[in-house]
Amino acid sequence: MQTVFQKPKALTDVTMHYCPGCTHGIIHRLVAEVLDELNITEKTIGIAPVGCSVLAYNYFNCDFIQAAHGRAPAVATGAKRANPDSVIFTYQGDGDLAAIGTAETVHAATRGENITVIFVNNGIYGMTGGQMAPTSIPGMVTQTTPYGRDVKTAGYPVRICEMLATLTGTTYAERVSVDCVKNVLAAKKAIKKAFQNQLDGKGFSIVEVMSTCPTNWGLDPVKALDWARENMLTYYPLGVYKDNE
Amino acid sequence: MAEKVLMKGNEAVAEAAIMAGCRNFFGYPITPQTEVAAYMAKRMPKIGGTYLQAESELAAINMVIGAASTGARAMTSSSSPGISLKSEGISYMAGMDLPALILNVQRGGPGLGGIQPSQSDYFQATRAIGHGDFHLLVFAPSTVQEMVDTTFLAYDLADKYRMPALMLLDGILGQMMEPVEFKESHKAHMDDKPWAVGTACVKHEKNIINSLYLQPEQLEERNFERFKRYETIKKTEQRCEEYLTDDADVIVVAYGASARIARNAVRAARANGLKVGMIRPITLWPFPEKAIKDAAKTAKAFVCVELSMGQMIDDVKLAIECSRPVTLVNHTGGVVMTPAEVLTGIEKAYGGVK
Repeated sequence: MQTVFQKPKALTDVTMHYCPGCTHGIIHRLVAEVLDELNITEKTIGIAPVGCSVLAYNYFNCDFIQAAHGRAPAVATGAKRANPDSVIFTYQGDGDLAAIGTAETVHAATRGENITVIFVNNGIYGMTGGQMAPTSIPGMVTQTTPYGRDVKTAGYPVRICEMLATLTGTTYAERVSVDCVKNVLAAKKAIKKAFQNQLDGKGFSIVEVMSTCPTNWGLDPVKALDWARENMLTYYPLGVYKDNE
Repeated sequence: MAEKVLMKGNEAVAEAAIMAGCRNFFGYPITPQTEVAAYMAKRMPKIGGTYLQAESELAAINMVIGAASTGARAMTSSSSPGISLKSEGISYMAGMDLPALILNVQRGGPGLGGIQPSQSDYFQATRAIGHGDFHLLVFAPSTVQEMVDTTFLAYDLADKYRMPALMLLDGILGQMMEPVEFKESHKAHMDDKPWAVGTACVKHEKNIINSLYLQPEQLEERNFERFKRYETIKKTEQRCEEYLTDDADVIVVAYGASARIARNAVRAARANGLKVGMIRPITLWPFPEKAIKDAAKTAKAFVCVELSMGQMIDDVKLAIECSRPVTLVNHTGGVVMTPAEVLTGIEKAYGGVK
């Protein structure tokens, strides 16, 4: 029998804990495919966040460090400085990267740390049951914005790629989506570039991957993708925000 | 470098750390530890090491976590309010079983407190530097030479027991200059770390540095294993100096800068014919309870000398199971006691003995 499709080697053979329809599975796969294609799994250290993807260390075949909430870019900095031959990537959600870890994110970028950041943005704290995230869009209903995010009291969402693109230290910032095949392919290209940049010693690369949370958005997986296209992608336009090519 | 050189405490510790193999220093400015960072900033680029000024103490300790995870010897230093910020990361390091050296050049607290010397972080260092069940190796040298010697020991024991080591200093020890000797025996012992991540260490399978255990039984098991190590440490690593204790009726217990002042008072008491000695803890965790308990067999009273409202005194009472009176001579907030004040405290205790 001919094998026509299989798991990337960089993924372990365990069942993921993610909810049905969650796009973490796709994003994990894209990262793993890139690790395979660049043949770097052996020398890669992943940094897991706190949030839904906290258990990422169980899913990838590379070494992992599980960081405190928001601190992944600082942990990545220490690991890369001490062991520059390793390839270091962080995998972080929006609460981790854009709220509690904003300082670590901004300063790793402005220092031009030679690391790769995979930023998964679904506008909600998934692990804790669906609270408002720094990236929840205006009017978005969450457990802690039951009447919709009121910008008068809860302020406005943070657009990370736009913000980091203003920093001289940022080498590459692109926002992608995994809502359809075309975008999944584009997302993989961006992720590959973000890793290749590190191998080439080019500095800080971030790929913001627009994601969904069917469970906490209260939508089935297909409707969640529709909602993301109609609401999230209009607030967070896809594209390259910085590229020091 | 066998001859003696005159060095500031903070700089001597930094040089000792480099000699002990540390090539990764992550800091954040705060008084009175600044000379450690400044020295590292000057030296590290010359020897291919990393000096990195982090955006915060939180980031600095997490950079230490990253570097230590790859098996490298790493270090950060701070002063009291900064250590509070690092406490999150220190708890993670305990959970991850990561060795590294952390310096606390203490200043007065609570809150922003002041910038003058203090020993009021004793509870924090020995009891609760972060959430969860854990201890650190806590060292309290009292001379610049001992700060140097202890740096090597701290790295070796941290590696041996896979846990962070904290050197509890104060503004006096950090800022003072004394002659120090870097000896032949001062060597970097870099053992293989098969648990480390990345390409710098020899290993055979995927390694994960982690403190998360969602199954309660698994987490309990991890903590049981850690505390077994702690029991070994308590048995084998208690360190202290005993000074004139053999025939002493009154024992002064003091560490760090306080011990320097207390030693003068003990000498003065002896000159006055009082049988007084001193036990000077060099490790605060494990606390030298064996020596103190043994001393209680003959000594009739204990006097604790501390730059705090009385924190180590609890450990003395616990060590002797409150079998003797224990009194306190103290100042806090950056005020330093005089030998005369300690002598008065000794005389009072001595009066009670008669």
